[in-house]
Amino acid sequence: MKKEILERYPPKDRSNLIALLQEVQEVYGYLPKDDLRAIAEYLNLPLSSVYDVATFYNQFRLTPLGKNVIRVCRGAVCHVKNSANLLIALENELGIKAGQTTRDKNFTLETVACIGACDIAPVININEEYYGRAVNKEIPKILAKYMQEEISKNKIKKFNGIENQTA
Amino acid sequence: MEKNKRKGAVLFSEYKRGDGIKNAIKKSREDILFEIRESKLKGRGGAGFPTATKWMMVAAANSEEKYIICNADEGEPGTFKDRVLLLEYPELVFDGMVIAAFVIGAKKGIIYLRGEYEYMKKSLEDYLDTMKKDNLLGNDILGKKGFNFEIAIRMGSGAYVCGEETALIESLEGNRGEARNRPPFPVTTGYLGHPTTVNNVETLATIPHIVTKGVEWFKKHGTDKSTGSKLFSVSGDCEKPGVYELPWGTKISELLDLVGAKNTKAVQVGGASGTCIPKSQFERTLAYEDAATGGSIIIFNENRDMLHVLKNYMEFFVEESCGQCTPCRIGNVKLLEGVKMIEKGDYTFSYINQLKNLGRSMQVASKCGLGQSSPNSFISILENFKEEIFNGNGGHNGK
Repeated sequence: MKKEILERYPPKDRSNLIALLQEVQEVYGYLPKDDLRAIAEYLNLPLSSVYDVATFYNQFRLTPLGKNVIRVCRGAVCHVKNSANLLIALENELGIKAGQTTRDKNFTLETVACIGACDIAPVININEEYYGRAVNKEIPKILAKYMQEEISKNKIKKFNGIENQTA
Repeated sequence: MEKNKRKGAVLFSEYKRGDGIKNAIKKSREDILFEIRESKLKGRGGAGFPTATKWMMVAAANSEEKYIICNADEGEPGTFKDRVLLLEYPELVFDGMVIAAFVIGAKKGIIYLRGEYEYMKKSLEDYLDTMKKDNLLGNDILGKKGFNFEIAIRMGSGAYVCGEETALIESLEGNRGEARNRPPFPVTTGYLGHPTTVNNVETLATIPHIVTKGVEWFKKHGTDKSTGSKLFSVSGDCEKPGVYELPWGTKISELLDLVGAKNTKAVQVGGASGTCIPKSQFERTLAYEDAATGGSIIIFNENRDMLHVLKNYMEFFVEESCGQCTPCRIGNVKLLEGVKMIEKGDYTFSYINQLKNLGRSMQVASKCGLGQSSPNSFISILENFKEEIFNGNGGHNGK
């Protein structure tokens, strides 16, 4: 647990609980158990209250996420524009179901109630990018962008590793 | 659509940053309250509560600490007007908040931004910084002695129910977003127990226009009971989806022509919790007194299966019900089961009628707006599209 995060907020003040959880999740991508304990102690709350809040909101998760988070909008507008098919295509392409993470931890697939971009429905959101008016056949192309990035990054890492060894 | 291409009579009309605040601090609080009362401005989030009444109660409350909260937890399916206002017209929203603070005597304001809009946070923070530099925020705003006000941005965490004002306050206090019992109302006992007014983004964005351009100008737009104009988030089967500003009292058929919708079968007014209006009623008007809406307009063409749409709504409500009160927690699950039964053709009409009655009970018995409005689309779709739904799938009709 990063102490700085806690110290940015006054102790024993419950009203900052959600902001704290959000910051911790920003750092780790999820809420580790030990951090929930540390937060509970700092705010002088029972752990059950922290768990209570962390499991109420859709945004918080207690298990680690993949490197790239894919969100498929399942709002009413995306729904009539066949976002269900997009979801199935993504599930097939990645070999996982909504709510799961791929074994290589590269992708997490999620659904979201409404992303608020109904004018460009159906919408897929990957990390910070929004793909509007998405169609099934574009999916492999969109995903490839994130796979290649991953592979090229790995290559650079390996390359650096070799360099360090020789030096 | 680009900002400079947007056209509208009220919200999208000309406005210079800070003008509303300049005008407001020249007047007395009572004068502004009187103006807003005369303008008959009603809350733009959907419930349509008169803004002046809310503000008067907070202004009259005897407390050192008061809060103004801007509800930017725009979660209703099919709504994205607040996104446009916050990204393209932050000056209206924040000037509106400052004016509200001046009127009710608040020193702190909070904007509760929905979790999915996190990408806006940075630009909004930058905007607030420039406001501070120009003395539109901070201490002695624009030289008005003793008028101190600051705004904090707080992020929501992806719960639809937090758009309800008491659930929103619970969430700000670090609790589960569950609605409170009312009374006491937030205007007397709100955030941390202090008098609080919670206003929609669009309501606040309207205020600077009223304060600078006057009540008579504002009342020229709209109808007698629904004054001014409204932003509509139009999506679904049409050529030009997007955000449109139209005066209240616009007919649904006029709106459909404007956005290039063809072969329209139904229009969902007010999002998943609103009502579904069939073709025969397209001459109805969009107004508080007729088809009221928080701005969501979803258009369905002839090819859409309304039962399929209804199933999506009910799945949404089952997911988003906070689970606190029984009518909403159990009721939505039962209604969804009913939709699935109709889908399979395995139903009797007497049971469907029972479910409609259950829906009516939910409207009365649920604790907050979510459960009170979630049966709306169940009842309206099954009533308005009975021929399509009950004759099309070869179920045990008439049993």
